[in-house]
Amino acid sequence: MNALVLLFAAAGAYGTALMFGTLGEILTEKSGNMNLGVEGIMYMGGIFGLLAPNIYETAVGAGNANHFVAILLAMLSAFAIGGLAGALFSFITVTMRANQNVTGLAMTTFGTGVAKFAGELRRLKVGGYVTLSNDLKFAFDNHFMPQFLKDIPVIGKIFFDQNEFFYMGIILAILMHLFLTKTKTGLYLRAVGESPVTADAAGINITRYKYVATIIGGGISALGGMVYTMTTAGCVWIEASISGTGWLAVALVIFCTWRPLNSIWSSILFGGLMIMYLRIIVPFFPMELYKILPYVVTIVVLVITSMRNIKDKQPPASLGLNYFREDR
Amino acid sequence: MKEVKTPLIRLAKRADIDKRKAWAIRIGSILVALILGMIPILMAGENPFVSYMIIIQGSLGKAGYIRQTVKRAIPLLGVALAIAPCFKMRFWNIGAEGQITMGAIFASFIAIKLGPSGLPLVVMAILMCIAGALGGAFWGFVPGFFKARYNTNETLFTLMMNYIAIGIVRYLQGGPWEGRPGTQIIPMFTSNARLPNVLGVYCGWIIVLVMVVIVHIYMNYTKQGFEVAVIGDSENTARYAGMNVGWIMMRTMLFSGAICGVVGWMLVSGANGTLNSDVAGGVGFTAITVAWLSQLNSFAMIAIAMLLAIIGKGSATLQTRLNIPASVADIISGTLLFCMLACEFFINYKLIFRHKKEAEV
Repeated sequence: MNALVLLFAAAGAYGTALMFGTLGEILTEKSGNMNLGVEGIMYMGGIFGLLAPNIYETAVGAGNANHFVAILLAMLSAFAIGGLAGALFSFITVTMRANQNVTGLAMTTFGTGVAKFAGELRRLKVGGYVTLSNDLKFAFDNHFMPQFLKDIPVIGKIFFDQNEFFYMGIILAILMHLFLTKTKTGLYLRAVGESPVTADAAGINITRYKYVATIIGGGISALGGMVYTMTTAGCVWIEASISGTGWLAVALVIFCTWRPLNSIWSSILFGGLMIMYLRIIVPFFPMELYKILPYVVTIVVLVITSMRNIKDKQPPASLGLNYFREDR
Repeated sequence: MKEVKTPLIRLAKRADIDKRKAWAIRIGSILVALILGMIPILMAGENPFVSYMIIIQGSLGKAGYIRQTVKRAIPLLGVALAIAPCFKMRFWNIGAEGQITMGAIFASFIAIKLGPSGLPLVVMAILMCIAGALGGAFWGFVPGFFKARYNTNETLFTLMMNYIAIGIVRYLQGGPWEGRPGTQIIPMFTSNARLPNVLGVYCGWIIVLVMVVIVHIYMNYTKQGFEVAVIGDSENTARYAGMNVGWIMMRTMLFSGAICGVVGWMLVSGANGTLNSDVAGGVGFTAITVAWLSQLNSFAMIAIAMLLAIIGKGSATLQTRLNIPASVADIISGTLLFCMLACEFFINYKLIFRHKKEAEV
């Protein structure tokens, strides 16, 4: 039992990265755009989120950096690059009407390339690992909740012994849920994703909704990459370590049945699965086979959700399809 | 009546565009991408023209370099051929990586178990090729089956299968097939399990060129290829015409997986001489770029596979010579794909400017 609590407490950090990635993609997919480039976007978010505070700290000198400014810069820089990627995706699929699947795959190649390139250039420039001072590292992984909350059995470790991004993720999930279900704009956005023909007839500007949702969605996904580098990876840029997270986030969107609130528990669950081999030792079972467990679980989940085929747990009806007014 | 203002730019669908013009637009987009690819090089503070020269020199400058470039192009071409029918069918198979790896595992099984018995090379090659094809076909069939039966999302399914296949190799490397304990390396195959070289490159290049012809015929001149094309255009039409869509999907995935598996066999038996977890090494993803850039045309794939191999090999040289990270290859191939996707717009539509229209009136 105790091992399980410790597992899920530790899963919070990796799970937060997944949570942002998933939330961003949910918003994107609600507009009917299926951006398979999350992997590339999270890669870029990962490096640009680190570069901004790294450059800032180099400029003001180690130890003089303001924690708040550093975190804000990291978030802005990651969000900006993710938003740019979302804009590029929208331009190619909405304006230029290209196939969404292939564009997403191109985004993955492009994004990983850009991230590795930027990381390597910076590494050459600083002459060593791209990283931050211990002072700032602490600021990015600050478990700030008071001790008495952390001491609550079971819940305390899992829900209160977490860094600031964990709570930001939960707040974002709640806000996105409220936005999609309680506001007029959210309703319009869902209409665009479900039936662009109807939405167009109702006078909703399809192009604008798709663009804005994809740009903001890309930005949020990129924040996930930033969270990964700044917490799980300990503010150090290691090219390969983030690999696969974005794809898992895309899978989680299906697992969450496109509902933001579900992303909270499911990302912690999958965060747990990803690090389980480190925490819960199974004797006589080969480690390398143990590591593929989350992928097997993902497949099982995909198959089960598709077999059950429940009516209100379906993707937005026009997901992955481009809308051409003249094709009606 | 109030006059309605015509917008500055209007779109009109092109009824038909002659093939030469369409390819001219596509080649133009490749040039645009290569120009855009200069941006990261400029950001690294180097001269882009010099860098491109180094890329070409490093990949084609010497006979030895050309051989290495061709060696890179072989699996790219093979896998692009494999995924072409899937993409034609709008089945987003991004699991080529896993299918290659599975084929490689099956082929390696034969090499490791039967190699020491001293069977002749030809027998070994045939057995390993069949094993590889079976392995890849099996790995491709699983997601195909669930897509056909339950409409399970094939993109993520095939992707997850990649991680599983690679995980299995890692296990074999550190466990049952490990050579000297602790090395995590599978020993090199015996010489009867290795493909011979022809003109300095392992004979896989002959095999893929044969496959180009086979896939071309399969896609364009067989009933099965026609069925694949119909499903790609409209699944409902296919159903209405009485085609068994589910079975065609599974069959195409078996075909595609088998080709990937054969590529896996060539990689372990020809290029590497043994199995390791990096056997596919991203080929499955780069091949998607190859397939799409060549418009799923088998013969165009030869050129595009070479182009991407040149960029890949040349970027490695660029890194050693000028300290420009080799990942510039990914940026350029991503940009190529973006430009190619966007340029289809100009092939399908024409822009009409306001004043031009007035002139016509």
